[in-house]
Amino acid sequence: MAAKATALRMIEPAINLDQLIHERVRLGIISALAATKTLTFGELKEILELTDGNLSIHARKLEDAGYVSCRKYFEGRRPQTAYELSLLGRKAFEKYVNHMEALIQAMKPKGK
Amino acid sequence: MHEHALDNIKFIRSTMETTTEFTALPGYGMALVGISALVAAWLSGRTQTEEGWLAVWTAEGMAAILLGFIAMILKASQSGLSLLSQPARRFALGFAPPLLAGAALTAAFARVNHYGEVPGMWLLLYGAGVSTGGTFSVRAVPIMGLCFMTLGAVTLFVPIDYRNYLLGLGFGGLHLGFGLWIGRKHGG
Repeated sequence: MAAKATALRMIEPAINLDQLIHERVRLGIISALAATKTLTFGELKEILELTDGNLSIHARKLEDAGYVSCRKYFEGRRPQTAYELSLLGRKAFEKYVNHMEALIQAMKPKGK
Repeated sequence: MHEHALDNIKFIRSTMETTTEFTALPGYGMALVGISALVAAWLSGRTQTEEGWLAVWTAEGMAAILLGFIAMILKASQSGLSLLSQPARRFALGFAPPLLAGAALTAAFARVNHYGEVPGMWLLLYGAGVSTGGTFSVRAVPIMGLCFMTLGAVTLFVPIDYRNYLLGLGFGGLHLGFGLWIGRKHGG
């Protein structure tokens, strides 16, 4: 019984992981936006080395969840899209990082 | 699972570092450095002695470092970033050695009054510093470094009378052009 409880405690952080952020591309988008105030679509594409389609699909999912906000504007005649991490997104990101750290601690190989 | 979590944390850290490197670059500050270099090129072309020419460009070098540093502080504070971050240190570590080599070689050439190769050497070494320091920065930075290096290589082989113009074209024109491009594309 005690062993089961310990095992449950160990995997709990993994069960509660935010799957929306856990996906690699979305994790990249959130991490990049956490490092600066705003990034344009082109900047995110260059930093994460993504295609237009891939970036827009994942950015849209984050936008729908309210994790990032998106602003469209014109720079001269060129349309631009700028992304910003919302308060909800920042909290979710912090929670995710804490989860990861908890997992690292819980699963740390013995003797290391 | 432990390895996967560690891998995720490393991924987060490296993405955040790349972003910081990407956004801390002061494009308009670089353009200002370009303008000051164009003024220096004009002034140095009017000096009568080689020592006077070197003095003008040495003063320009110091002014450019100061201008660049102020611009970096301003842009970093706008973006809420630290100048002591890992990416900033990595840029400095890549950028500084070729510059220090250039300063030592300039002193050695000045000691024997041999100034002919100095403009080409400056452009080459500055380009090497920009290329290595800016490896992980916006694509424009390593490209700018390569442009400086190409111009430096050309400068070494053109007649001596044209070398000051090429120096102005490099430190003035390339900084101004790339600075405006980066500033427009990357928010300042």
